[in-house]
Amino acid sequence: MKDFLPFVIANYNYWISMILMLIGMYGMIAKDNLFKKIIGMSIFQSAIILFYISLSVKKDGSVPILKYEDMGYMAVINVADYDNPLPHVLMLTAIVVGVAILGVALAVLQKVHHVHGTVEEDKILESMRE
Amino acid sequence: MKALTLILTFAVGLILLAAVVDLPDWGDPDSPASTYLSPHFIQNAMVETGAPNMVTAVLADYRSYDTMFEVVVVFCAALTIMFVLRRTHRETEKFHKPRPEREDSDIILQWAARLLVPAMQLFALYVLVHGHHSPGGGFQGGVIFGAGFILLALAYDLETILKPFREGRLFMFCVLGAALYVGIGVGSLLLGGNFMDYGVWADILGVSEVKAHYLGMLGIEIGVTITVMAVMFSLYADLASGGDMDEGL
Repeated sequence: MKDFLPFVIANYNYWISMILMLIGMYGMIAKDNLFKKIIGMSIFQSAIILFYISLSVKKDGSVPILKYEDMGYMAVINVADYDNPLPHVLMLTAIVVGVAILGVALAVLQKVHHVHGTVEEDKILESMRE
Repeated sequence: MKALTLILTFAVGLILLAAVVDLPDWGDPDSPASTYLSPHFIQNAMVETGAPNMVTAVLADYRSYDTMFEVVVVFCAALTIMFVLRRTHRETEKFHKPRPEREDSDIILQWAARLLVPAMQLFALYVLVHGHHSPGGGFQGGVIFGAGFILLALAYDLETILKPFREGRLFMFCVLGAALYVGIGVGSLLLGGNFMDYGVWADILGVSEVKAHYLGMLGIEIGVTITVMAVMFSLYADLASGGDMDEGL
């Protein structure tokens, strides 16, 4: 535990995505407006995407696209020269799923607004009790 | 409620902070995530699939099964949005009546959109077909295509765009893209290979096995583009028209 603070300061990618995640979580729980909850969900998701992408980074590594000099048949590819492509792929698909979730959430929200005339959670509960 | 949430948030933050210590250093080439599977992808993607862009190679070839269901997820989202918003019997008025007057529509905006949209579509095609060599691919190209249609719908109005691109046709495009994707996979199954093993197409196409992988990836990327384009636009059209896809913003 003695090198906890230097570790946390040096790896600022982790706590930046952590703070974003907590902002999203706070928005999802504390806000009454359902639209703001959806925004919170999107922020939460961005935090996780950033976290994964930061895991793929290698020091002195380039983007996972083969350089010209490595393309020959006999070329020896040094793995440390390229970032890890797998998190990029996973996050590409995660972004697409995120768009799908966002679209469905907005559609449900529009339906809620159509039925109840408001997107405030407490007012919806009030109108459902009547 | 707010105070309780804050306490909860800080508690979760502390737990995460404690967990951060177990994670590898940032940029460490020997971290567990970078040593198990990805060296194979980095070293063999070009040799096995002919695509210098490893992300495309992994997305469309090694993890093709995953990407296929990704397309299905997007397609299901479009269907769900339609089912959620569609009203079987129309209420007397639309939710955004009275509609804004359209007589004084902005001619500068419309001409800017007219000039911009062909360039956007050309760029989308470039992003699609050059996805093997540079950042890009099916999803990105499809989103740019869809954005072009949405820009037209915003500059004019939804009726104008939906006239040639009706709902049925839109969903036909969704199905077409997914069917193209699945068709390439099933085709390689029928040719005696594994599902999504593009190498068996080599004899029919008259190219080497690596080139067959390359072309198979291009084929499924085209399918992804068609589906994503149609889904993006149907998503916008559904949300803007309240599910009826007849009139709107």
